[in-house]
Amino acid sequence: MTARNYREYLAENRLPTIWCPGCGNGIVLKAVAGAFADLGLDRRKTAAVSGIGCWGWADDYLAVNAFHGTHGRALAFATGIKLANPELTVVVLMGDGDGATIGGNHLIHAARRNVDLTAVVVNNYNYGMTGGQYSGTTPRGSITSTSPLGHVEDPFDLCALAAAAGASFVARGSVCGGENLRDLIRRGLEHRGFSFVEAASVCPTHFGRKNGRRTPAEAFRWLRDHSVSRERAAGLSEEELRGKQILGFFADRQSEDYGTRYRKAAEHFRGEGESS
Amino acid sequence: MTKLPPLFTSGNEAIAEGAIAAGASFYAGYPITPSSEIAETAARRLPETGGMYVQMEDELSSMAAIVGASVSGARAFTATSGPGFSLMQENLGMAVMGEIPCVVVNVQRSGPSTGMATKPAQGDVMQARWGTHGDHGIITLAPSSVQDCYDFTIRAFSLADRFRTPVILLADAAVAKLKENVRFRPPEPEEAAQRPLPDCPPEEYRPFAVDPEEKVITPLPPFGSDYIFRITGSMHDETGGQGASPANADRVIRHLAGKIEKNRDAIVRVRRFFLDDAEWAVIAFGCSARSARAAVREARRQGIPAGLLELTTLWPFPDDEVRDVLSRVRGAAVPELNLGQAAGEVRRLNDFGIPVRGISRVDGTLIPPGDILSAIKEARS
Repeated sequence: MTARNYREYLAENRLPTIWCPGCGNGIVLKAVAGAFADLGLDRRKTAAVSGIGCWGWADDYLAVNAFHGTHGRALAFATGIKLANPELTVVVLMGDGDGATIGGNHLIHAARRNVDLTAVVVNNYNYGMTGGQYSGTTPRGSITSTSPLGHVEDPFDLCALAAAAGASFVARGSVCGGENLRDLIRRGLEHRGFSFVEAASVCPTHFGRKNGRRTPAEAFRWLRDHSVSRERAAGLSEEELRGKQILGFFADRQSEDYGTRYRKAAEHFRGEGESS
Repeated sequence: MTKLPPLFTSGNEAIAEGAIAAGASFYAGYPITPSSEIAETAARRLPETGGMYVQMEDELSSMAAIVGASVSGARAFTATSGPGFSLMQENLGMAVMGEIPCVVVNVQRSGPSTGMATKPAQGDVMQARWGTHGDHGIITLAPSSVQDCYDFTIRAFSLADRFRTPVILLADAAVAKLKENVRFRPPEPEEAAQRPLPDCPPEEYRPFAVDPEEKVITPLPPFGSDYIFRITGSMHDETGGQGASPANADRVIRHLAGKIEKNRDAIVRVRRFFLDDAEWAVIAFGCSARSARAAVREARRQGIPAGLLELTTLWPFPDDEVRDVLSRVRGAAVPELNLGQAAGEVRRLNDFGIPVRGISRVDGTLIPPGDILSAIKEARS
């Protein structure tokens, strides 16, 4: 595989995107296409599986095989797509509402099952497409269209969740660092087994506007100022880390993927691969 | 070494064996009574034939996984019962809208909700038809013997591929748990045939192209071939791109119904017993068709000209076949383990003003042949 130009992986005839001005999705889309290009993926052997929500439109702009499924179930569709054709590189594009709230159960079981998939979850901390309601990652105290009093629930830390559920590669980047995100997604794609990359993002239209970040610039600045690396976070107190996004790696280890384990077990069962 | 399959076996095992004979190579499911032997047989047999079994976290994901596997080119199936079938409706709709072939087995048990897990029922007739939201066509087959379980599963895969649609095998706990002698025949060549690839150049392929006559169903190549394409559960144009214009939406919905409705001849099958000179017809399916056959035989022994129309295809409903029978008899009875779901369809077709009597049972037990015979006798008097 040789490196290519990211534009080869974009369906440029479908641009511009439907996303709002100042949305973080375009940055993540470029990072995904860039990671494909860095690996020189064969477009015929690549599949993007998406869910429902703003980021769920991302597959529409990628010039690879695409499966736009139902809300929250992208990982389950992707499981079948990958297991039935192990030659495919499968990337799963989900938002925080899609992938981690309605799809939360599929996420933890996908992490545990370890099918060779790469999940790219864009976390904008609310349901953007339906008008800015709170999701499973909305920070406590935030105002959304369904938490006018200030949100009373605590959010999931998606990377901690994925790592605890057994994902063998887990990393968080941010739309404030596009090239870094591209690198994380590339590493996730290279990783054999279930990999999980969270892109901390912004939603100026809904979440930002209701929480004091009225312009895209303010939303991005806030995200940048509220992000710390894992290394720096190690020296900070719980109090200092409250409301901060910790960027970096949460898991990176080898663990044989489901398809490989299953096929080996099946060969053993059939009496193959036991030459003596 | 693949062991020779047993010849005296249950409906559940025959369904799994039928799937494997049809070339199924992927099963995703979630255990549920009274269908679990299908999963267990699939888990044991699929690795013998190079296939794969995966047990998912629920029925939502099971249905999604088989849809995904099908897009990668596998003949894929799942099996469940009422509570799981309810959860599958979401992604059954995805298979309908994305036009993705797959086979879903529902071994019906008593409901609603958890109901009675081990008791047979036939209460999911309308759920099979309309369980997932929105207008669409669907194919549903109803086996009444262990041999049917085997044969109809093979046919289900063939129909699914041919019409790019999910096919529901609507069994019931009585037939699925029953053990009978069964012949594990090899599938006919056309039943085993792989899905065709498109014959156009890749750049010209349109995954959702429609023949207005519905004679040609656009082939679905697997992900990973030379054809790069997009499958979607959203309203789409021929390329799989957004297509929410009124004209396009109308075209797509009419196609999803029309590709089934306009191909009834290829899909609908019924069985006729003693109907040639019958004055009284029993119309039944599944386990109740077994009772009905015994009832009709006994009626004949007593000199009563009764016959049976067994509906082995439930959806699309065999309108022409039922109407034809109704036009030639003096009365009809419809025994079923529900409160009249098929009987309502039969009455819809009763243009002849004859009495159509439903024989309903919802107590978790089967309809004895005597009850059907009594209904025929009462109708005559």
